[in-house]
Amino acid sequence: MTTAVAGPRTRAHSPARRPGRERRNRGLLGLLAWLCGIVFFLPFAWMVLTSLHGEQDAAANPPHLAAPLTLHGYREFFGSGTGVSPWPPLVNSLTASIASTVLVLLLATPAAYALSIKPVRKWTDVMFFFLSTKMLPAVAGLLPVYLIAKNAGLLDNIWLLVVLYTSMNLPIAVWMMRSFLAEVPVAIMEAASIDGAGLPTVLTRIIAPVVMPGIAATALISFIFSWNELLFARVLTGVVAGTAPVFLTGFVTSQGLFLAKVCAAAVCISLPVLAAGFAAQDKLVQGLSLGAVK
Amino acid sequence: MSTPSTTSSPSRWLRAPDALRRGPSVASAGPPRPRPRGAWARRAPLLPALVFMIVVTQLPFVGTLVISFMRWNALDPGNKGFAGLSNYTTEFTDPQLRSSLTTTVVLTASVVLVSLALGLGLALLLDRRFRGRGLVRTLLITPFLVVPVASALLWKHALYNAEYGLLNGSLSWVWSLFGSHNPPQPDWLSQSPKLAVEASLIWQWTPFMMLILLAGLQSRPTDVVEAARVDGATTWQVFRYLTFPHLRRYLELAALLGTVYVVQNFDAVFTLTSGGLGTANLPYAVYSTFYQAHDYGQASAEGVIVVVLSIIVATFALRTVSSLFREETR
Repeated sequence: MTTAVAGPRTRAHSPARRPGRERRNRGLLGLLAWLCGIVFFLPFAWMVLTSLHGEQDAAANPPHLAAPLTLHGYREFFGSGTGVSPWPPLVNSLTASIASTVLVLLLATPAAYALSIKPVRKWTDVMFFFLSTKMLPAVAGLLPVYLIAKNAGLLDNIWLLVVLYTSMNLPIAVWMMRSFLAEVPVAIMEAASIDGAGLPTVLTRIIAPVVMPGIAATALISFIFSWNELLFARVLTGVVAGTAPVFLTGFVTSQGLFLAKVCAAAVCISLPVLAAGFAAQDKLVQGLSLGAVK
Repeated sequence: MSTPSTTSSPSRWLRAPDALRRGPSVASAGPPRPRPRGAWARRAPLLPALVFMIVVTQLPFVGTLVISFMRWNALDPGNKGFAGLSNYTTEFTDPQLRSSLTTTVVLTASVVLVSLALGLGLALLLDRRFRGRGLVRTLLITPFLVVPVASALLWKHALYNAEYGLLNGSLSWVWSLFGSHNPPQPDWLSQSPKLAVEASLIWQWTPFMMLILLAGLQSRPTDVVEAARVDGATTWQVFRYLTFPHLRRYLELAALLGTVYVVQNFDAVFTLTSGGLGTANLPYAVYSTFYQAHDYGQASAEGVIVVVLSIIVATFALRTVSSLFREETR
């Protein structure tokens, strides 16, 4: 264990009481943390393993851990058996997630600017208005949205989801972006404009370097939430604009074995979120807590 | 943030947040600059986002509110009209709908409390240094990054399934170790449906709680803790009198945000049990009343009730966020 590394920092000022026992406790707690990590990871690992098994082996009881690995489930996901391609729903999901993320950033960044660098009057009230919209369950607006979309001929249209996902993520983005923009050094900014720098220069030279990581994190979180959404996608789309989560629910069949196939599909559809989430790991908390925790 | 009522000049008014955030040095940096059109120039970047949010989220809710007082079933379009409070009285007298109300409360409370407790334990474990801490953290947040529908399908078919799920598979394996060919094979989803839904959600939400609490633990001032240790405080005393009071607001925040998200849960209930066996929560009830029974009036009344419940939670959540927020911007 790494007591040698941890020692100087954490025990620098504390008297070395019972060093042997403390070292052993430290080791045991580290082991316990590892054990918890593995327990939480286990269902996911099982999903990946099952996705790589044949359908017969996947449905074995007791589980057949060392069964031969195959990509059969993944081939099925890509339509080898049924001829149904997963690409239309995946492209729909990508369109909805990316377009709404772009829209979110376009709306949130200026708004956050007006809430931090040059704040409007009562800017905290505005912040809490944004937050309160996030606290109201989306399901409450589902029916009117459905009726309006139906009358406007927008049902089964991916751009309807783009608008809804934008409204879903905008409050989070405004809060996150504000907390990043608040770190912009205003004194330097003012000095630069006194020295004759125009707005473009200030934006690219002073604001952008500080804010770019924040924009990236905001984009990733907005992407994750849009990609995951099921309820609106299910109610408001059909065969044309169905998204990946809706497509995934269709893999469960009443006949025959489907476990490996479903697991393969679940892994494939989760991959973009896992990638985005691990990339934004450090900023994840800040986004999920709406910028309240750093 | 308190509004600076003592200041009178409009430009100082506008600069107040800056002054509070960055301290007096910046506030006194420039002379007061009266700008007649400044206010609107400042507001302009904010307006698109604000208008968008009002149109897309607030107006539909007004629609829901109006429809909730109407008699309107899409399967019976001729019989449409004002219904007064009858949708609400149905909601509170129909046993099935009333059970969706209690299910929401029980489901949310149990998921939030259990994952909060587990998250606290994990955050405390991860707050100390050990080999591979970063990797363990990554392992722990994985459940949160699986697409919720995928996770629900995983639990339903790969874990809970009575014939080939991992839970019963493991039971068979353990029993076979002792030479028994007759292991118990419970049907988890139909025997304890609520627990099954809760377990899958707890798996998903514990990482969320852990991340917030870990951030809280790591923002704790270390010098105070070390001083306490020098003075001979035990680990328990440090936790009880230093860590816990510091962590309290983070616990509140995690619980409230978790509640806000879990109250709205639809994916797990929809996928695992399709709302059967007493697991239908309010979002699922709204969905099925609207999408399957086509009773628009009733569905809207349910929507309004979800909102009222959420406002109660949100009021506390907003207060907690605002106290953290005020501290940060101070």
